Amino acid sequence: MTENDIISPENLVYKKPELMNDTPMHYCPGCSHGVVHKLIAEIIEEMGMEEKTVGVSPVGCAVFAYRYLDIDWQEAAHGRAPALATAIKRLWPDRLVFTYQGDGDLACIGTAETIHALNRGEHIAIIFINNAIYGMTGGQMAPTTLIGQKTSTCPYGRDPELHGYPLNITEIASTLRGTCYVSRQSVDTVGSILKAKKAIRKAFEASMKGLGSSLVEIVSTCNSGWKLSPAEANEWMREKMFKEYVKGDLKDTTNLK
Amino acid sequence: MSTNRGAIVVDKDRCKGCALCVLACSKGVISLAVRKVNVHGYPYVEPMNPDNCIGCASCAIVCPDGCIEVYRKIIDKEDEQ
Repeated sequence: MTENDIISPENLVYKKPELMNDTPMHYCPGCSHGVVHKLIAEIIEEMGMEEKTVGVSPVGCAVFAYRYLDIDWQEAAHGRAPALATAIKRLWPDRLVFTYQGDGDLACIGTAETIHALNRGEHIAIIFINNAIYGMTGGQMAPTTLIGQKTSTCPYGRDPELHGYPLNITEIASTLRGTCYVSRQSVDTVGSILKAKKAIRKAFEASMKGLGSSLVEIVSTCNSGWKLSPAEANEWMREKMFKEYVKGDLKDTTNLK
Repeated sequence: MSTNRGAIVVDKDRCKGCALCVLACSKGVISLAVRKVNVHGYPYVEPMNPDNCIGCASCAIVCPDGCIEVYRKIIDKEDEQ
């Protein structure tokens, strides 16, 4: 048996989803964004919503998300993705509407929009990529930066006396009455990627069933901003980030599988 | 007795050499190409020990850029001998 006997279309187990096009992604090597993009493309394909999905991309590293997934996109002003998604979903209730935001966009400049959209129970899904840093602009301190974590704007480590405490927006979201599904996942291992996929799928289905708003936080790495190799960044995330941002479902009133 | 034989195809010009797939592979199939770069100037991965592949797709699932295609075939060991 040679390799050529195995490599044929009927033996295909896994390949890049069709919705993800061949444009080379601008993300740094090992960035978690690519995995989450792939999961979203796979889920939309599995749900058969290719022609009926509108994504809202943020300002931040994922600003070019619209170049990589062949669905309809809108580009929101910084932090205003949930407000834009609210308008799209209210005008087009049969569309699957989701926002894709980082922690600088969602937890800092867009805190008000995020909390109010979630509290109103808009039927949208919010994907929240939390890497504890402003990745695109050069690794500055974000509201989600861990205590003691060194960044370019807090080179001696985050000090709560001076910089305040990390903002846990997912926990806040779980206390709001408008949310139906709030979950925190990661994409560092095969098992966690499959769990994250389930969580995003549930959020999308809940939004299509009109059960309320959902938030899925993906605890991610920023190996360029953290000044680590991709493998070391995953290790650092497991060691430090998971203590502050504990994984799991924080709220689930959907009764979906 | 039957066994799984797998094979992977790496889109080397899309690969950025983050090497997360190298860690994810439990069979030691993949490793970074030695002293070689692709058209974008990135190092890239290659299946160095393709015979060990069982087609579990772990490498492809963790790949952030979707560079890896995985194929798997169930074969009878007796037939092979």
